[in-house]
Amino acid sequence: MSDVTVQDRQHPVRALWEAMSSQRRELGIAGVLGAIASLSAVALLGVSGWLIATAATMPPVLTLTVAAVMVRTLAISRAAFRYLERLVGHDAAFRGLVQLRERVYTRLEQLAPTGLRAFARGDLLARLVADVDSALDLPLRIVLPWAQAVLVSLATAAFLLWLLPPVGAAIALLCLVALALVPWLISRTARTAEARMAPARAELSAAVVRALDATPEITAFGATAPVAERVEELDTGLTRLNVRESVALGLGGGIGTIVQGLGVVGAIVLTVPAVIDGRLEGVWLAVAALLPLALFDVLATLPSSALAYQRVRGSAVRLAEVEEAPLPVAEPAKPVAIPEHFTGLTLTDVSARWAPGTDALQGIDLSVEPGSRVAVVGPSGAGKSTLAAVLLGFLPYDGSVTVSGVEVRSTDGDDLRRHVGLLSQQAHIFDTTIADNIRIGKPDATDGDLDAAVRGAQLAPWVARLPRGLATPVGAFGLAVSGGERQRIALARLLLARRSMVVLDEPTEHLDGPTADALTETMAQAFEHSTVLMITHRLLGIEEYDRIVVIDRGHITMQGTHAELMERGGWYAEQWTLESERQDMARLLPTLPIGRAVST
Amino acid sequence: MRPLDPRLLRYARSTRGFIGIAVVLGVLTALIVIAQARLLADVIVRVSSEGAGWSDVRDTVLLLAAAFVARALIAWLSEIAAVRASARAKQQLRSATLEHVLALGPTGPGATDPGGTAALVTRGIDALDGYYARYLPQLVLAVIVPVAVLLTVLGQDVLSTVIIAVTLPLIPIFMALIGMYTKSQVDRQWKTLGVLSGHFLDLVSGLPTLKAFGRAKSQVEAIRAIGDRYRSTTMGVLRVSFLSSLALEFLATISVALVAVSVGLRLAEGQIVYGVALFVLILAPEAYLPLRLVGQHFHAAAEGLGAADRMFTILETPVPAGGSTVLPSGPVTVHVEDLTVAYPGRATPALAGVTFTAAPGTVTAIVGGSGGGKSTLLSAVLGFLTPTDGILGASAGEETCDISDLEMAAWRRRIAWVPQRAHLPSRSLSERPTIADAVGLSAGGIAADEVWVALDEAGVGDEIRALPDGLDTALAADGSGLSIGQLQRLSLARALLADADVVLLDEPTAALDPATESAVVAAITRLAERGRTVIVVAHRPSLLEAATQLVRVEAPESADPGADSKETPPIGHQIQRVGW
Repeated sequence: MSDVTVQDRQHPVRALWEAMSSQRRELGIAGVLGAIASLSAVALLGVSGWLIATAATMPPVLTLTVAAVMVRTLAISRAAFRYLERLVGHDAAFRGLVQLRERVYTRLEQLAPTGLRAFARGDLLARLVADVDSALDLPLRIVLPWAQAVLVSLATAAFLLWLLPPVGAAIALLCLVALALVPWLISRTARTAEARMAPARAELSAAVVRALDATPEITAFGATAPVAERVEELDTGLTRLNVRESVALGLGGGIGTIVQGLGVVGAIVLTVPAVIDGRLEGVWLAVAALLPLALFDVLATLPSSALAYQRVRGSAVRLAEVEEAPLPVAEPAKPVAIPEHFTGLTLTDVSARWAPGTDALQGIDLSVEPGSRVAVVGPSGAGKSTLAAVLLGFLPYDGSVTVSGVEVRSTDGDDLRRHVGLLSQQAHIFDTTIADNIRIGKPDATDGDLDAAVRGAQLAPWVARLPRGLATPVGAFGLAVSGGERQRIALARLLLARRSMVVLDEPTEHLDGPTADALTETMAQAFEHSTVLMITHRLLGIEEYDRIVVIDRGHITMQGTHAELMERGGWYAEQWTLESERQDMARLLPTLPIGRAVST
Repeated sequence: MRPLDPRLLRYARSTRGFIGIAVVLGVLTALIVIAQARLLADVIVRVSSEGAGWSDVRDTVLLLAAAFVARALIAWLSEIAAVRASARAKQQLRSATLEHVLALGPTGPGATDPGGTAALVTRGIDALDGYYARYLPQLVLAVIVPVAVLLTVLGQDVLSTVIIAVTLPLIPIFMALIGMYTKSQVDRQWKTLGVLSGHFLDLVSGLPTLKAFGRAKSQVEAIRAIGDRYRSTTMGVLRVSFLSSLALEFLATISVALVAVSVGLRLAEGQIVYGVALFVLILAPEAYLPLRLVGQHFHAAAEGLGAADRMFTILETPVPAGGSTVLPSGPVTVHVEDLTVAYPGRATPALAGVTFTAAPGTVTAIVGGSGGGKSTLLSAVLGFLTPTDGILGASAGEETCDISDLEMAAWRRRIAWVPQRAHLPSRSLSERPTIADAVGLSAGGIAADEVWVALDEAGVGDEIRALPDGLDTALAADGSGLSIGQLQRLSLARALLADADVVLLDEPTAALDPATESAVVAAITRLAERGRTVIVVAHRPSLLEAATQLVRVEAPESADPGADSKETPPIGHQIQRVGW
């Protein structure tokens, strides 16, 4: 449960702003630079208007020189300050982005891996990463334009107030409309329209995902036509809605021009009588009429800011979900250090669960002495992976788990994992070289250590065939590696790390028979003299283990050596016999000729 | 980037109409812009220098107000048209793309990266909104308005016309020059950017692994370092693009300033009339505004076209012609002789030198190491992949034919397939298809008793009977609710229901415990007894019991294992960030 109450919860966009506006001073400078640029644009038209209006009175040319110089200067300053604003503003925004990334990463790190399960489905994680990037729009497309608009409005309204108070007041009022009312209206319209379209969009999106995921089956079973029709039907529905909403969505295009027209016409209506009465010199009419024209051109960017706000809000809400996700495991304030000398692992009456209510493990008593090899076996769903999560400190537990006599929940998680290593079902291969992927186990390892780990994982022959050897890049941008090679890289990583004890969590789960057998063989050699807790549902290859523990539905049902378990009969004996009989047939495989049929 | 991709006109036909509307609205905009400047100048001049009273200018002011209203209306209409055109274009592209992906089949572009393609056709393509709503109408305006303004100014003041006429073309020329000069640099930097942003995702995806090694916390340093590189690289790109907008803005404003000063000074010397001077001053910025805005919307446009471009890549992949031969009904024999198959775009074949004949009533077990090409063989039989060498044929009755010469839809109706990981879609793509829907994919409506027979034969009948909703039990999109083993057997039941001559099974017992596995093995044996031609990929030894012949396939040795490495980043990394 989240301990953040509704009252405490910050507005997600404000929270996002707090998280990425570390460069307040720089952003402030950018705002001022931008305001100068915008003000130059407004003043350029104002001064030009004054220049021409004055020139019309045919004064000595000298009178106009200052204005002429000002016009040229304003033209230059407008372009120059805009350039500076962009440089300073973007730099500050990107610095803020770096900080936001760090923050999101740190949070995800605290959640991983247990608390990440909710975010790791589909492309949610990729989307989250994209959300972080899109937070850039907050300073650049929302806060800075708006702050500049406010500054320019204030300055222009103040000048007009000085020139002719009613005009100043009218323009100030319209500025308020352009700064607040129009963006609010635009963003509300967009939100309402989007809310109406969202269900259709979600339905289409889900159908598209399902069609693409199942393309092979749909093609093979000849269902292409009905499926394409169904997508088309959903798409037509969404498009029809979108067309219907276009009237509201297009509002942003015209509304700014209306405000601009009100400003210009209003200024004329209010200034003309003053000029006719002689309260104001005629030359100022041009200034009073042209300033609003230029001012509301500047404010015309605000509707698109309002739309950007809508988008950023979505990202901010998703990021806030990550911030507010409950931490699966609370790290102790004063962690107890685990002694360097490993004296074994003991579980006493351990229960654990992923969600409240249903215990995945119940009343587990288990010990692993230094140098011994223990296997935990059982059908899928028996709670084997839950056990691994508890041992690695990824899941809270009831009862007691001690490593070298220290209670796991009172240790620092990273300290625990410096003693207990893990080889999981599908280790991640990072976008870097094979060597760097392995060095994650021990970053300061010597080349000798690295080679030993590669040999231990029996990766050497494969690596030798690669043109760049260990320096070959793998991962999303690199060489595609097969499941077997992937697990061997992970194994080398674990070997390099030299943990006091290793937990092997179904490392062969996603591999086919021969590849799994080969990896099992390699692991048996590599960990011959280590402390091992092997979690598996494959019963072959663990016969030599010191103890085999059978669990089912969260409980230990049996334990003993292979010989003892075979003698007692039951699930283990039955399964082992089935598997080993078939294993004999599989041994035939390498004797078969490649690519030729052999009848049985 | 081409300003207007002709393929957009071809695949998104709504674009043509929209361009027409944009041109009409653009001409109207130009006329109103000119009228507005004329009216504004008129009011100012008459009141401030000709001593006109309020009643003299009232009509002009009203006309001016009307001009603003008209301009607002046009802007509104233009936005409405843009939203509609964009919505329609997106639908046209999306439908065409999906239809094409389905037509190209599982090995075509798009289907090989379903996640990326889904993101592209949903969120990614929304970037086209920026193209339609901002860029395209602005591009039209940038052609029409400056010309109209220039012609109008020409009628008023020759010197101002010269200033504008000289500077205006400089803007696109200058932009193009800067663009050309910096293109390679910018391209390189965008590429680095893609890699850098991929790294963050990579680290986040690998968090469980990093954490297991106690390396997760220390990666904050790496995040910061990557972030700083990202920032400096981006700033490198931006400095260049800001420089071009600096040049653009500078040219635009300095030209307006030159016009202002020139008409002002000449006005003071009486060489020009006040009204003309003011008119020219108000009008001059309007010549530059659309060009500047085009530059501003350039990136929104590039993003939209980028997404569209990735769709065009899919759309422009030709659908293999396929043959027209239809085998006579009756048992089918599959002939494989020295068969070599490579995935499109891969140098190394996935399967090479395989020879066997799968006759009716036999079970051929395909065995071998991982990545050995076992599933590839099934894909080739299904016609998803075309042989690069050797013979892959089928015969029925008297007729023998290469599979690639067969009429594909008819051939696939003769095959039932149990894939490694079944998705069990329904024909209606419903989010939670019922068991009955999912197993009847090939048939549409089928009778319940037939379904029960198939479920029982697949060894999953009793388990379904035990469910409260029986056949009407909904399957979640990710198959949750049922175990992977149950899904596999449902997929087998679907294959049994399809009542096909050839049955292809890809590791059908991968997630089954030995007892259930035996039931499936028995079902496979029965299929053969009924005279079906069964080819089964076996990765567990138990299936070999049912086999009449074994074929071992192993991956051909790659001459250069690095040759097939992916060079382009996955589409998912470039997806636009608009929420969907």
